[in-house]
Amino acid sequence: MLSLRDLSKSFGGVVAVDRVTLEVRAGEVHALIGPNGAGKTTLIHQVSGSLPADTGQILFEERDITRLAAHERVRAGLARSYQVTSLFRRFSVLDNLALAVQARSGSSFSFWRPLAAERALFDEARDIAARINLTRVDIPAASLSHGEQRALEVGLALATRPKLVLLDEPMAGMGLEESKRMIDLVRRVRESVTVLLVEHDMDAVFRLADRISVMVNGRLIATGAPEAIRRNEEVRRAYLGDELAA
Amino acid sequence: MSGILFLEQTLNSLQFGLMLFLLAAGLTLVFGIMDMINLAHGSLYMIGAYLMATLAEATGSFWVALPLALVATALVGAALEVSLLRRLYERDHLTQVLATFAVILIANEVVRMIWGNQSLMLNPPAGLTGPVTLPGGMQYASYRLLIIGVGAAVAVCLYLLVTRTRMGMLVRAGASNREMAVAMGVNIRRLFTIVFALGAALCALAGAMLGPILAVQVGMGENILILAFVVIVIGGIGSIRGAFVGALLVGLVDTMGRALLPIAFAKLFSPPVASNLGPSVSSILIYVLMAAVLFLRPQGLFPARG
Amino acid sequence: MRILLVALVAAAFPWAMHALGQDFYTSFATRVLIYAMAAASLNLVLGYGGMVSFGHAAFFGAGAYIVAILAAEGITSLWIAWPVAVAVAALAALVIGAISLRTRGVYFIMITLAFAQMMYYVFVSLKAYGGDDGLSLPGRSSIGLGVSLSNDFVWYYIVLALLALVLFLLHRLLHARFGRVIEAIRENETRATAIGYPVYRYQLLCFVISGAVAGLAGALIVNQTSYAGPTLLHWVQSGTLMIMVILGGVGRFWGGPIGAAVLLVLEEVFSASPLLGPYALHWQLPVGLILLAVVLFAPQGLAGALAKRSQ
Repeated sequence: MLSLRDLSKSFGGVVAVDRVTLEVRAGEVHALIGPNGAGKTTLIHQVSGSLPADTGQILFEERDITRLAAHERVRAGLARSYQVTSLFRRFSVLDNLALAVQARSGSSFSFWRPLAAERALFDEARDIAARINLTRVDIPAASLSHGEQRALEVGLALATRPKLVLLDEPMAGMGLEESKRMIDLVRRVRESVTVLLVEHDMDAVFRLADRISVMVNGRLIATGAPEAIRRNEEVRRAYLGDELAA
Repeated sequence: MSGILFLEQTLNSLQFGLMLFLLAAGLTLVFGIMDMINLAHGSLYMIGAYLMATLAEATGSFWVALPLALVATALVGAALEVSLLRRLYERDHLTQVLATFAVILIANEVVRMIWGNQSLMLNPPAGLTGPVTLPGGMQYASYRLLIIGVGAAVAVCLYLLVTRTRMGMLVRAGASNREMAVAMGVNIRRLFTIVFALGAALCALAGAMLGPILAVQVGMGENILILAFVVIVIGGIGSIRGAFVGALLVGLVDTMGRALLPIAFAKLFSPPVASNLGPSVSSILIYVLMAAVLFLRPQGLFPARG
Repeated sequence: MRILLVALVAAAFPWAMHALGQDFYTSFATRVLIYAMAAASLNLVLGYGGMVSFGHAAFFGAGAYIVAILAAEGITSLWIAWPVAVAVAALAALVIGAISLRTRGVYFIMITLAFAQMMYYVFVSLKAYGGDDGLSLPGRSSIGLGVSLSNDFVWYYIVLALLALVLFLLHRLLHARFGRVIEAIRENETRATAIGYPVYRYQLLCFVISGAVAGLAGALIVNQTSYAGPTLLHWVQSGTLMIMVILGGVGRFWGGPIGAAVLLVLEEVFSASPLLGPYALHWQLPVGLILLAVVLFAPQGLAGALAKRSQ
């Protein structure tokens, strides 16, 4: 579904992403792991469109989206969540989700009809809130707990009804309980959406992923089934170390 | 156009540009290090000019009054920073714009209350009121040559200060990464006050030197402030080098534009059109320049920030 | 409910003043209404849109100048002059916005400022239309229909009606989809893009609408003062409009009108008041101090303070 070919990005003299070629198959959960600074988030930025690629191609459902504007990619079905929580903090949870639903349901160059009258929008927003297990929908997003905010992060991406979602470290900063809930959430999400998951939490990665790709210093050094990756010598040296003894 | 006219305009550009640099240098440092838009910078320029005029009158000597005016304005600047401006560093740009705009209003009125509405006389130093004959036979106002000299000397001193002294290093560090500078134990508060006072002194110098040429009156700050902002946007926020290049560029484009465009237009268009178009197009030239720089190289010519 | 009260007071005002023999205040109130409109237009783009435009006076002044220029050329009907003024202001906003909105932060502030200065110099250079001295308007725009706008009474109600219409339309816009998106963009532009909104287009349209309303206010002000001068376009005028918005409450619906009313009343009180005596000329000083106080200690402005009180 998503095909990255020879994707590269440099900042000044520093090569952040070095000729990465990667395939994400429809329906799978594909995890992208690697040490800090490996270039994972830069890669995600390029796929979502916040950073232009220096060289290479990005194909989404056979379509070349390398030069497509970020908001157009969302329209095409490619959504993302952010590593550092990025919400509409002063808006309520419901309003946050409704905004995302609104974006894909008709034009917002509408100046007369009160938004409050659009029940369908808010009903769908409530549905999504239920799916991500957020019950208090009328409080401002800023008042949510960290775990709830991370869930809302994912929820916002889901509300755009994507075909593929880029989850950038959804478990960032979470304790054990919250992580378990997030793993459940991702499991539910993958039933209808293809997932490219960037994560450091190895427990989550090995539980969720169908395939794993490993990035080190901007280069992709391995791709494969979880077991294969676990046993891969190069990967163990560069990243896993002795943490994952079978 | 004659060679003499060209040379004269070049010297005028240099003179104007160097004075703009004095203003822009302080502004860009404050902006670069403290991330603060300071509209009151123009007010310090005005206060410097007023203090200079008054002190020159009182002491009867340009050269005695000048250092006094610089010190006095630096003190005013420091006081302003300590009492008010340091509260604005953490605030958003809109708040800074509005607060310093309020300072402009207050400063203008205080100056009016003390000195009245009439513009003040400021005479060039004795002995420099007449023209000087340059090699090649051209006559040029000796005072303007002094301005060029002073401006260039200050530019060199600033360069040495920023690149060769410890304080300069701290300033540069602060300009490129404030958090890092703080983390390394720099006494940020004192550094800020010093930088601000230095900027104020530079403003006063510009005001004092330009006083004999331009009018010393309320509102003189606003007109030149906007040019200073154009300079630092073009040059790159936080960069002294950028301020220098930007100021010379703006001085050149503005002065040459005003001198050359009417002549060029007169050759191309009919007299009424030329006389209308000429001045207005020259006025907007520097803004066109700024818009172009922002479009092509949004960080400015010499961005200080990483 | 409060709106009804305000509307009643506004409607009854000229009669009350006439009865008290203070017709001057009706003219003053008209001026307040016009600036309320200008401030409301800035609040749309600044408060709701989060775009700190320091060149708003350009649209205000352009609207004023267009009406004056058309009048000088013999076109005095408001049915032609006013829409043209609005259209020109909107066009200017389109051009300035299209370029400026490619930048962010302080660069946006600077470039809007630069464009406003450009327009200032363009109008100053129009020697045929007054140049530095500006252009006077011999009489108010004609409305036809057998009614004359030179009557201050009638003029007040025309302005009041227009302000009410503008505020009503703004209210609808802000509560419709468009308004929500604009506020979302202000809150978190990156996220707005990430959920599929073409941010630039929304901001540009907001900018143009705001400029158009400012142009209308400009057409009204030149009729009010019978004069269009370059100072209307000066960046200090932009600053004044910003002061109004912040005094009233940036991003709050009544922020523009409240701020305009407060600032103009303060100006009037300080400059005419026997309190200040010989210092009355220096009314800008207390205004500056009040602005400073508001900015530092009450950034939500007066509308914000009122809202907190009623909670």
